[in-house]
Amino acid sequence: MSKQDAQSGQPVLLVATRKGAWLLHADAARCSWRVDGPHFLGHIVNHLVLDPRDGRTLLAAAKTGHLGPTLFRSPDLGRTWQEAARPPAFGPAANGLAARAVDHTFWLTPGPAGEPGVWYAGTSPQGLFRSEDGGNSWAPFSCINDDPQYRQWFGTVQDGTPDGPKLHSIIVDPRDSSHLYFAMSGGGVHESTDGGRSFTPLVDGMEVVEGFDPGDVSFHDPHCVRLCPGNPDRLYQQNHCGIYRLDRPGRRWERIGRNMPREVGDIGFPLVLHPRDDQTAWVFPMDGSDVWPRTSPGGRPAVYATRDGGASWQRHAAGLPAEQAWWTVKRQAMTADREDSVGLYFGTTSGELWQSRDEGRQWECLTRHLPEIYAVEVAYPR
Amino acid sequence: MRVLIPSALHSYSGRPWVEASGATVGEVLADLDRRFPGIRFRMIDEQGGIRRHIRLFYRQRQVFDLVAPVSDDGELLIVQALSGG
Repeated sequence: MSKQDAQSGQPVLLVATRKGAWLLHADAARCSWRVDGPHFLGHIVNHLVLDPRDGRTLLAAAKTGHLGPTLFRSPDLGRTWQEAARPPAFGPAANGLAARAVDHTFWLTPGPAGEPGVWYAGTSPQGLFRSEDGGNSWAPFSCINDDPQYRQWFGTVQDGTPDGPKLHSIIVDPRDSSHLYFAMSGGGVHESTDGGRSFTPLVDGMEVVEGFDPGDVSFHDPHCVRLCPGNPDRLYQQNHCGIYRLDRPGRRWERIGRNMPREVGDIGFPLVLHPRDDQTAWVFPMDGSDVWPRTSPGGRPAVYATRDGGASWQRHAAGLPAEQAWWTVKRQAMTADREDSVGLYFGTTSGELWQSRDEGRQWECLTRHLPEIYAVEVAYPR
Repeated sequence: MRVLIPSALHSYSGRPWVEASGATVGEVLADLDRRFPGIRFRMIDEQGGIRRHIRLFYRQRQVFDLVAPVSDDGELLIVQALSGG
């Protein structure tokens, strides 16, 4: 990305919560933010994403506590919304397997630049869907939804998160739109090199809960997988069992979280990558000991950064509460902008939105009292 | 027949009471979807199952099956079961 690109337009934060969605528009210095919202007050919004190809279209994955799932589409950055004509929905029973129903759409990924209108969606329970008309109508994508082997790896609704098992981290290789990745909680990381006609597991080196067989894909629980914007041959992953890096064409993940401080550990949900430097990543560790409180270790929230590909990690907590802060940051709720001094953002389960304008060294709270935050994305409207 | 729409679905119907027709509950819901596109999927999943927090009542009795017969002189009540927080 050129410096000119990095300086065009101001970032907008797209905040999806358990009770609606908000847009926060930054000024040029990222010091002042104009709050726009709530949109869909009372709706559970799992993901809100801007189409980077037109810089105007928003997609929101929504449902309510009473109603079934749907998707909303805005062609004008949230001024008006239309419901998708055909939201993601599974087909009838196939291959002798039980029919399934989508509980909610969890993840949205825009297609590549050369395929305007293409979007991918991941659902709970695990399903992969594709739209070719800008998110208005969706169809099951690939063979995995009704493949007997994949069904076994999906497990049951009891095998996923407390909010259901999820397909997430859908990634399109920016150099080759037929090269795809996705991940599942639970069910491992998977790769396609034929445009999604087939997928194969990519779990070598990933660890599982003690006592279980890492050779069984269903035991793998990747929480968040990211591909380096500055080097599409490098992936990072925050897993239920550690932090990993994978350099392609290699197939074995390296547990770089072993280099985290022992008292903090390397368990967490989100992982964020530098927009240009493939050596730099940020994580937000959580307490994964005994009963898995899933809070900041010791009630002292901190971001950890690596600038050498995971060989070493530095703690960044300036500005964050020094004690008695029992947050969780969910897997979609931490992100980075593309400015020269990269801005980092995360939203908490307690409804606080935090910002760093200097790559994590100093933090400030942007807003409080939002509902539980599920996802935060940075967008650059045009 | 008259159909009572719960508040969570007024964004589709615009009002609580609407008219729809059909010989079964399923046909009435299909007619509702023709009049208010998208409303059925919020109540009925893609396998024809009534969603977990939706309740249907015809002539004051709960309906569990979409093939249940109905007639135009009855009323279909669609209710969102209280849940969540």
